[in-house]
Amino acid sequence: MNMSTFKGGTHVPGYKELTQGLATIPAKIPNKLYIPVSQHIGAPCIPLVQIGDEVKKGQKIAEGKGFVTAPIHSSVSGKVLAIEKKQHPGGNFVNCIVIENDGKEEWAVTVQPNSNPEELSSEEIRKIVFEAGIVGLGGATFPTHVKYAPVENKQAEFIILNGVECEPYITADHRIMLEKPERIIAGLRYKLRSTGCKKGIIAIEENKLDAIEKLTKLCELEENIEVIALKEKYPQGSEKQLIFACTGREVPVGGLPLDAGVIVNNVATAVAVADAIELGIPLIERITTLSGDGIKKPANYLVRIGTLFSDLIEESGGFTGDIDKIISGGLMMGKTVFTDDIPIVKGSSGIVVLKKQLGVDGKEYNCVRCAKCVDACPMFLEPTTIVKLAKRGLWEEAEKNNIMSCIECGSCVYVCPASIPLVQYIRRAKLAIGAARAKARSNGGKK
Amino acid sequence: MANKDNLLVVSSSPHIHSSNNVSNSMRDVIVALIPALIAALYYFHFAALKVIVTCIVVAIISEYISQKMMKRDITIKDSSAILTGLLLAFCLPPSIPLWIAAIGSAVAIIIGKQMFGGLGNNIFNPALIGRGFLLASWPVAMTNWTAPFDGVTTATPLGMIKESVVQELPSISQLFMGNIGGCIGETSALALIIGGLYLLVKGHIDWRIPFSYLGTVFALTAIVGVANGEGSWFPLYHLFAGGLLLGAFFMATDWVTSPITKKGRIIFGIGCGLLTVLIRLKGGFPEGVCYSILLMNMVTPLIDRYTKARVLGGVRQHA
Repeated sequence: MNMSTFKGGTHVPGYKELTQGLATIPAKIPNKLYIPVSQHIGAPCIPLVQIGDEVKKGQKIAEGKGFVTAPIHSSVSGKVLAIEKKQHPGGNFVNCIVIENDGKEEWAVTVQPNSNPEELSSEEIRKIVFEAGIVGLGGATFPTHVKYAPVENKQAEFIILNGVECEPYITADHRIMLEKPERIIAGLRYKLRSTGCKKGIIAIEENKLDAIEKLTKLCELEENIEVIALKEKYPQGSEKQLIFACTGREVPVGGLPLDAGVIVNNVATAVAVADAIELGIPLIERITTLSGDGIKKPANYLVRIGTLFSDLIEESGGFTGDIDKIISGGLMMGKTVFTDDIPIVKGSSGIVVLKKQLGVDGKEYNCVRCAKCVDACPMFLEPTTIVKLAKRGLWEEAEKNNIMSCIECGSCVYVCPASIPLVQYIRRAKLAIGAARAKARSNGGKK
Repeated sequence: MANKDNLLVVSSSPHIHSSNNVSNSMRDVIVALIPALIAALYYFHFAALKVIVTCIVVAIISEYISQKMMKRDITIKDSSAILTGLLLAFCLPPSIPLWIAAIGSAVAIIIGKQMFGGLGNNIFNPALIGRGFLLASWPVAMTNWTAPFDGVTTATPLGMIKESVVQELPSISQLFMGNIGGCIGETSALALIIGGLYLLVKGHIDWRIPFSYLGTVFALTAIVGVANGEGSWFPLYHLFAGGLLLGAFFMATDWVTSPITKKGRIIFGIGCGLLTVLIRLKGGFPEGVCYSILLMNMVTPLIDRYTKARVLGGVRQHA
C-alpha cells in the first residue's frame, strides 16, 4: 500500500491492544447524572429547566445564544434534582444539571424519526444537526452545524472524516468504525449533500487495518466516497496535518480548513449526524474508552453524557492499585484531573488511568541543540528557539518565530533528550501573548 | 474516590516521554567510536592508549573541578566529558608528550565548554578548541608523526602531498585500513565509516552534514586534480586521509555547535568542505578540518537565522 502522511511528527507507542479488540458495551446508566451546561467551544448554555422539573430522555434542557453554540439534552428520563457547580473534564468548575434517573427511559415527544430524510434541504439538515446538539466528538467539541454553514466566496470541495485516532490507549473511534460503518457512511452522505462537497474522504491510520478493510469494502459502490489509509504517525489526527496527508493542501496560517477547501469531522460525529437526521435522536451518548495500566478491566463503553468517571471506573472493577494520574483524553494532549468525580461530556473520547509515571521526571537539562524537536514539529516550527525566547519573556520575538501557530501536540516534548517541557513553556507564553493582545485591543478602544 | 490517601498527579500534557536522553546519546556516540579505538590500539599500541587515557581522565577531572568552582551541578555522569576527551585524543599524534595532551584536554573542557555555560551553551566544539589550542602552542609536537606498529618517525599522506613527495604515498588500501602515519583515531577510514553509519542508523546525526561535507571535499579536489593533471587517486586521498572522516561524522555533526535547520546543515557541511580544501591546498598547514569546523561553528547562529523553515500554511519569510 502506498500510504501518505504529513511531514514531521513522531512515533508514539499506541497501547491500543488493551481495548481495540473489545466490542463496545453499553455502560450501566447511573441513578444520578451530572450534565454540564458547557460541552462545546463557545459560551456556556443557559438551563431551560428548574429544580423539580420532570424531564424526558432527549429533551432539550439547556441552550445558548448566538451561532457558535450547541444545545444540551437530557440523557435519561427523570427529575431535575439540582443545578450545581462541578468540576468539568476541561479543568474548571461549571454548572451541571443534576438529573435523577427514573429508569423509565421515556423519550421526549420531540424525538421523532424522519420519514423522508432524503428530501431534506441543506438548510433543514443543518437545522437538525444544530438542534441535536452535535459537536466534534474527537475532543475539540466545535459545534458541527457551524462547519457546514455556507461562507461567502468559499466552497468546500472535500469532507474528511477523521478516523485516525493517533492518541495512545484510545480506541473509541476504532470501535465505531468496526461496529457502525454503515452509519458513518450515511452521516457522510448527508454532510456531502448539505454542503455540496464533491468528495468525501474517510481517513484511517494503518494500525486499524480491519477498519480500513471494512469501510473500503462498503465504499466500493459509493461514487464520491474514498477511504484513505495513512501511515501511522503522531499527530496525524490534528486537522492541519490530516488535511495535508489526505489532499496535499495546507491550511493558511490563521485560516480555517475551509480556506483550503476542506471540512474535517470525526467519524463518530458522522454517526451522530445520521442518528439525528434519520431517527431524530439528539447527542446524549457516546463511546468512551476507559484504559490504562491503572484500570482492572479496560473497555470501550457506550456511555450516557453526564455519567461520572467514577461510575465507569467502578464498572471496570476499579483501580489496580495506587494510581498516579487520571487523564481525560489521551496521553499526548489529554488533561489530568484531580478527582474521578467528574462527568463524561460530549468530547470525552477516553479516560486513561496511569499507575506508572510515563512522562518526564521533572528535571530539566540544558538544551543540547539536537534539533529533534525541530524535526518532530508538524508545523515546522523551532520549539527550542521559541522556548529560549519565551523563557526570557521576549514575546515579540517569539511571535516572529510563529509561536501562535503551535498546535500544542506535544511531539517536541516527547522526543526531547534534555526533558525540557517545551510545549508547556509555549502554552504559558501563548496565554501571556493572548492576554497582552487583548489588553492592547481594549487600550486601543479607549483612545 | 478510591484513593483518598494518595493524591492524584495533575500535570500538563504530554503524559508520556520517549526514552531519549542526553547521556544515552553520548554513550552511543562513544560506542560508535569503538571501531576507531580498536584500530588506534592495533596500529599505535601503548602510545595511543596512554594519550587516550590521559585525555579522558583529565577531561573528567577538569569538568568536575570547574563545575565545583562555578557552583554548578556536576554532570560528569552524562558522559559528554568522556566523549570530548576521547575525541581530542583521536586527533592528537601518538607521540605527543602526555603533559601536552593533558593541557589540551583541560583547555577543551574548561575554556571550550564550561566557560560558555556547560554542555549546550558552547559555541565551538570543545575537542577542536583543545586541538586548535595545542596546534598553535606546540606546533612541532603536534606535527611529529610516527608510523604504525614500530613508531618510526614518518610523514602523513597529506603532508606528503603538501611537500610534493607523492612517490612515497601509501596505497589507497593502506589508507582505507589505517596503516599510515597520522593522528591516533584518524588513520582508519574503514573504522570511522562504520562508526558514522552506526550514528546515522541510530538517528543521532543527520546525513546532511557528513554527506555535504565529504561531497564538497571530494568534488573540489576532483576538479583540482583534473585541472592539475593528477591521477584519480587525488580526491580519494583527500577523502580518506587526515581528519576528514572523523571530523565529518563525529565533530561537524556535534549537536550543540551545528545548525538546527535542515537547510542550514547542508550549508554548514558545504562551508566546512570549502574551508578544508582551501586550507589543505592553499594554506600553511597540510590539514584544515579542525579550523574549518571551528570557523563554521562560529557562523552557526547566523546560518540558523537565515534558514528558518516556512511554517505549515505560511509564506516564506526571513527573521
